[in-house]
Amino acid sequence: MDEVNIQHEQLGDNEQQFMTFLLAGEIYGVDILRVREIRGWERATRVPNTPAYMKGVINLRGLIVPVFDLRERFQLGAENHHDAVVIILRVQSAQGEQEMGVIADAVAEVLETDSSMLRVTPEFGGRVDTRFMEGLVPSGERMVMLLNVDKLLGESIEPSADGMAVA
Amino acid sequence: MSIDISQFLDVFYEESFEGLAVMEQGLLGLDPDAVDGETINAIFRAAHSIKGGAGTFGLNEVSEFTHTMETLLDQIRDGARGVTTSSINVLLRATDCIQHLLKASQEGSEVDQATLEAVSSELEQLLSSEDEADSDNADVDPHGDSLDQTLQIDSESTRVWSISFKPAPHLFTTGNDPVRLFSELADMGELEIVTDTSRLPDFNDLDPEQCYLDWYLTLHANVEKQAIEEVFEWVEGDCELSIELSQESVLEKTMVADETAPGPEPEPTEDDVPTPVKDTKPSPPPKKTTQVKAQKKANAAENSSIRVGIDKVDHLINLVGELVITQSMLGQLGEVFEMNTLEQLKDGLAQFERNTRELQESVMRIRMIPISFAFNRFPRLVHDVSAKLGKKVDLQVSGEETEVDKTVIEKIIDPLVHLVRNAVDHGIEAPDVRLASGKRETGTVTLSAAHRGGNIVIEIADDGAGLRREKILGKAVEKHIVTEDEGERMTDDDVYNLIFHPGFSTAETISDVSGRGVGMDVVRSNIRELGGTVEINSTEGQGSAILVRLPLTLAILDGQTVAVGEETYIVPLASIIESIQIKPSQINMVVGKGETFKLRDSFIPIVRLHDLFDIKNSIQELAEGLLVIVEDSSGPKGIFVDRLLGQQQVVIKSLDANYKKIPGFSGATILGNGSVALIIDIPEMLRLATQSRPAMAYPLTA
Repeated sequence: MDEVNIQHEQLGDNEQQFMTFLLAGEIYGVDILRVREIRGWERATRVPNTPAYMKGVINLRGLIVPVFDLRERFQLGAENHHDAVVIILRVQSAQGEQEMGVIADAVAEVLETDSSMLRVTPEFGGRVDTRFMEGLVPSGERMVMLLNVDKLLGESIEPSADGMAVA
Repeated sequence: MSIDISQFLDVFYEESFEGLAVMEQGLLGLDPDAVDGETINAIFRAAHSIKGGAGTFGLNEVSEFTHTMETLLDQIRDGARGVTTSSINVLLRATDCIQHLLKASQEGSEVDQATLEAVSSELEQLLSSEDEADSDNADVDPHGDSLDQTLQIDSESTRVWSISFKPAPHLFTTGNDPVRLFSELADMGELEIVTDTSRLPDFNDLDPEQCYLDWYLTLHANVEKQAIEEVFEWVEGDCELSIELSQESVLEKTMVADETAPGPEPEPTEDDVPTPVKDTKPSPPPKKTTQVKAQKKANAAENSSIRVGIDKVDHLINLVGELVITQSMLGQLGEVFEMNTLEQLKDGLAQFERNTRELQESVMRIRMIPISFAFNRFPRLVHDVSAKLGKKVDLQVSGEETEVDKTVIEKIIDPLVHLVRNAVDHGIEAPDVRLASGKRETGTVTLSAAHRGGNIVIEIADDGAGLRREKILGKAVEKHIVTEDEGERMTDDDVYNLIFHPGFSTAETISDVSGRGVGMDVVRSNIRELGGTVEINSTEGQGSAILVRLPLTLAILDGQTVAVGEETYIVPLASIIESIQIKPSQINMVVGKGETFKLRDSFIPIVRLHDLFDIKNSIQELAEGLLVIVEDSSGPKGIFVDRLLGQQQVVIKSLDANYKKIPGFSGATILGNGSVALIIDIPEMLRLATQSRPAMAYPLTA
């Protein structure tokens, strides 16, 4: 259970910090203020009748927290999770603030960037549905895809099609 | 000595609501023909406490209103007035008004002045009516018959009251402060205070916690004697008090002569006020006051409090004591551990486990309160609703001592109100209809509660008309809930379940009692939220019964751990009838029902958990695994699992706190090894299973 404590430095008005991680060779980023902790992968308890990318629920110090596989969510091909990390994120959903985990291949770095660097996501070309994207920022030679955590995970709790879920 | 009394306000509200419940129950139990003095006294005491408390907290509206009521009650108590059905009804409405006033002040909401005035004028009418020539109501009655008198008082010169107040030495220990009393008097008019220090001892002998002072007060105020007495209400038993009218016009004197003080009075030493016509009741024992105050302090800390019997607390303390002993024993063993003490260690651990479990059970029991807490309101409800509808209904309540978790009770009240109201409104027929169909004119609604397994079962039954299949179907078709074809094929149970469909209501006219079509679906979803189920049994013409099954507590569950493939699930032990291994010869395929097996002459459908939950690597052969027999409304079902793992109490954690509600599961728990196991919601899981088998499914079972 390797928790990472990240110091929040004083930032300029337009500056933002993102935590970036690797997923099938690409770099993705999430707002660092949403990251609650990072832990190693452990087997989750599968929950029947949920999508395949919902890997199950884990025990986070007494809380039951769902874990989602982003590779499967973005259809990047399944991989076994032995070396994977689970990033626990704070998500705003219809039910209020919830904590959810996403599985990534590895954590990369903390990226500081100016909001003026943020590019609009092109409508095509990316492998990830643009609905889930906040934009792109350059990091060195490469582009980091910034994910909108609330859209990506918050919507996963919408009532299931059979109408039995109680929101 | 100034204390912030606002901290006691919550306790006051709570006690007042309890008092109101006592009043309501007492009033409902009053029989106009045979008035029970004890009941009247109980009602009176409750009203009196509310009035006193309200006065202390400055809720003048409440205390004034309650005062009028108290006057009436006092007359009934003294036998000066008979009890009639109409006066009971007025008093009931008055308790409603007090409740409304208290709620309004608690929540800061608007007061419905119109109703208030209506009821208060009803009360006054009652007060000034017939058999009470010897009672007076001028002091509480700003309008109505006594208007002339009131005007007279106003027009006269100020009265002068001389009050001698000689508190007992222990006055301060009761939490009373003379300064507060005097400032309250000073609010009424001009107040002169003379302090008598003659009782003061030498400084060396002085005990600063004792009161050595007497006071002689002169109050120039246009008030009734009773108003002054009220100021001293809380110190009545702790002082020598005399209140005398020293100067007044002749006209008023005659008026006071008419007066019978309706409230309790301290031993009056009235010289120039003639003795009242009737005996005055002794003042309420002052001991009670101090007790109430002590309790107030203990409870003030939390918003929502719970009253726990002292026996439960004592039991807990005993258990904690045992736990401490066990702990120290284990501690000693651990300090110098040798192999030959292994046996002792094992014993100690076993004891430790026993202590922990008992402690846990006792702690849970603290949250348990009798369901009478919820049932108490129903006599009133039935009384009101049946009166409104012109029906005669007898409510029978049983099992009200059954204990349930406080949260469960709080959440079940609204659904139960709906169900009872429905039973009276839709279930019981009008008296003429009942007579015509050969029944007793008075219908019966039975409300009962009982523990059954780990559940509490509440039944609301009526001997009314029962549910009518054709009528429900007709309505459902009209509202496009089902098609006629579907309706034809439905079983009676499924038809009855239609009434839980959102937007369904068969009441022909929308009354203010029921029939808005928002009731039953809300009832069911509320009960489901609590992890409960609701079932309907009905026979046309003979009545219907609604069974509400609820878990005793929302926090902990006795569970059976079962394994399916690599997965572990918890099945609530309460829903398991038995677990058996079957032989291949017992298995049959039945058309429309799928796999069944024969158990003691009945065919029980099999639900394969691995199919339903899509679990790989599990046992497929029925004979190799185990069947867990559970029961729902449609009879027993066999749930096929790989094997049973063990029984344990599990703490229920919600899945929707961080995710969402998952069909078929009531929550999750954390096992001893730290992993998560899902808790199966048996009725819902069986429903899912039925749906996934198209031959049996109706599109509307949800």
